[in-house]
Amino acid sequence: MNKNILGVDVPESISGLGKLKAFNGKRFSGTAHEMPNIKNPDQRMSKIVDNLESAIHLSGLKDGMTISFHHHFRNGDYIVNLVLEAIAKLGIKNLTVASSSLTDIHRPMIDHIKNGVVYRIETSGLRGELANQISHGLMEVPIVFRSHGGRAYSIASGELKIDVAFLGVPSTDLFGNANGFSREGDNSSACGSLGYAMVDAKYAEKVVLLSNNIVPYPNTPCAIPQTDVDYIVEIDAIGDPKGIMSGATRYSTNPKELMIAKAAADVMEASGYFEDGFSFQTGTGGSSLAVTRFLKEKMIRKGIKANFALGGITSQIVKLHEEGFIRKLLDVQSFDQDAVDSTLKNEFHHIVDAHFYAGPGVEGAAVDQLDMVVLSALEIDVNFNVNVLTGSDGVIRGAVGGHPDTSAGAKLAIIVAPLVRGRIPSILDRVNTICTPGMTVDVLVTEQGIAVNPARQDLIERLNTAGIKTETIEALKAKAEKIVGHPNPIEYGDKIVGIVTFRDGSVIDVIRQVSR
Amino acid sequence: MEIKKASTAGTLESSDIMILLDRGDNGIDIELKSSVLYQFGDQIRTVIEQTLLEAGVHNVKVIATDRGALDCTIKARVLTALHRAVETTDYKWGV
Repeated sequence: MNKNILGVDVPESISGLGKLKAFNGKRFSGTAHEMPNIKNPDQRMSKIVDNLESAIHLSGLKDGMTISFHHHFRNGDYIVNLVLEAIAKLGIKNLTVASSSLTDIHRPMIDHIKNGVVYRIETSGLRGELANQISHGLMEVPIVFRSHGGRAYSIASGELKIDVAFLGVPSTDLFGNANGFSREGDNSSACGSLGYAMVDAKYAEKVVLLSNNIVPYPNTPCAIPQTDVDYIVEIDAIGDPKGIMSGATRYSTNPKELMIAKAAADVMEASGYFEDGFSFQTGTGGSSLAVTRFLKEKMIRKGIKANFALGGITSQIVKLHEEGFIRKLLDVQSFDQDAVDSTLKNEFHHIVDAHFYAGPGVEGAAVDQLDMVVLSALEIDVNFNVNVLTGSDGVIRGAVGGHPDTSAGAKLAIIVAPLVRGRIPSILDRVNTICTPGMTVDVLVTEQGIAVNPARQDLIERLNTAGIKTETIEALKAKAEKIVGHPNPIEYGDKIVGIVTFRDGSVIDVIRQVSR
Repeated sequence: MEIKKASTAGTLESSDIMILLDRGDNGIDIELKSSVLYQFGDQIRTVIEQTLLEAGVHNVKVIATDRGALDCTIKARVLTALHRAVETTDYKWGV
């Protein structure tokens, strides 16, 4: 028998319940927030620490660990460079950087690779000079490319273990309830959804938030809850607002892109999936985004509405939602200012994390409920494999994104691409890098014709019945070559600079060093 | 044909090629920059060289800055630059 601090006799154990712990009057033990008594009326609990260096120190970051970042601030991001600079100064080395994506602005990482701070990288995409140097063999260990769903799955399953996540947030309270916007007024650095960061916050061992905008408690409803957060650092700027968010994405005025968009909308209408309650997603790229405008006319004509739109949410999608054509929005990443504004004001603009969006586990993801998706491609080959990662010169310059996730999930995956870009044909015998396997791709729409994956004879029949002509992808490829000629194959060295994983983490292709 | 003066034709716009011709005594000497060098460099050089040889030019310095021009565009720009370089207006249109 034990007495607790209030003098009550507490049995050491009770049959059926096991050991009992006697109340000792302390708050809780073994954590950073331990205090001697259960109440401390003089001090308000806060996770805000003095500076980034203290946060890194408190997080227990050591050589060889894995740190993570999100890419919701796109090319305006200050967080990655700021944190790596601080880590370098503290002398911590051999880190794995697992970012949801990396862009032009992360060029300073080149130095951190050279000085041994960064040992290896996992990301969805890579651009600019960093990508260029990596393609030319900068790193010893190849980059691991993961799709958005594949990354979330690898984090949730423990395959990718994050020791410390450094997450920039446009607003947080002193306890870590964080959002991609603020309900308290300052939205100068707002990014809307924090879908990619939410996964890191949930599963990382330690979570450090960086914000320029500490708001009164509670900052709810929130994307990242206080229960996932360890430390908060207040900084002057999390990013360049101009790079974080552009204004409304405008409709393309390029006639070629509009032709492709119109043809893609025609395919959607005739596909058999264009019924009341349907769902869809449009990827980035002029043609893909422009599909929405043609879809609206068709929805009016047929008198139907969509149940939801998924993915990167844009101005056009928000407009359709506000006009009542789309009942709900599921948003993992807000693409423009109108989408950010919508996250604040529209009740059914719902923010989802990357795992909910596209995780490939047996529990399923939103992409599995998707009827139709329209996606861009840098290259597609005669087996319908798609490349969105390496340029026609073999250099890394893109991102896998949600391409393979949505393509695999949707009942109808449409690829839109111009037949040629300048002198570069879009259709090849074999794409330089397979990101999305052809077995998950259903249709290719170009301005010069439409090709359906021969595995989808049902679709060919439905399109032809509706008066939409289809042809083989080989015939489209021949059309392109008639215009531009036959490109020389890219010369690669032996060294592997990147591996591209499919949604489940298995290797779908490797990227080799370009040899010039 | 004899190159009388340096000449240019074309622009640096996407899908165009800018051709600079000047006197040379080292055969057809081509300095090529191209956004599609690795895929089409050989083909672009061949088109420039063939076009000049067919016009009877054997010694010329060519500086070509390509932005993904098609063969027909390359040929047209080379011929235009050539006419300017030899100061002739005797155009032989047609195919």
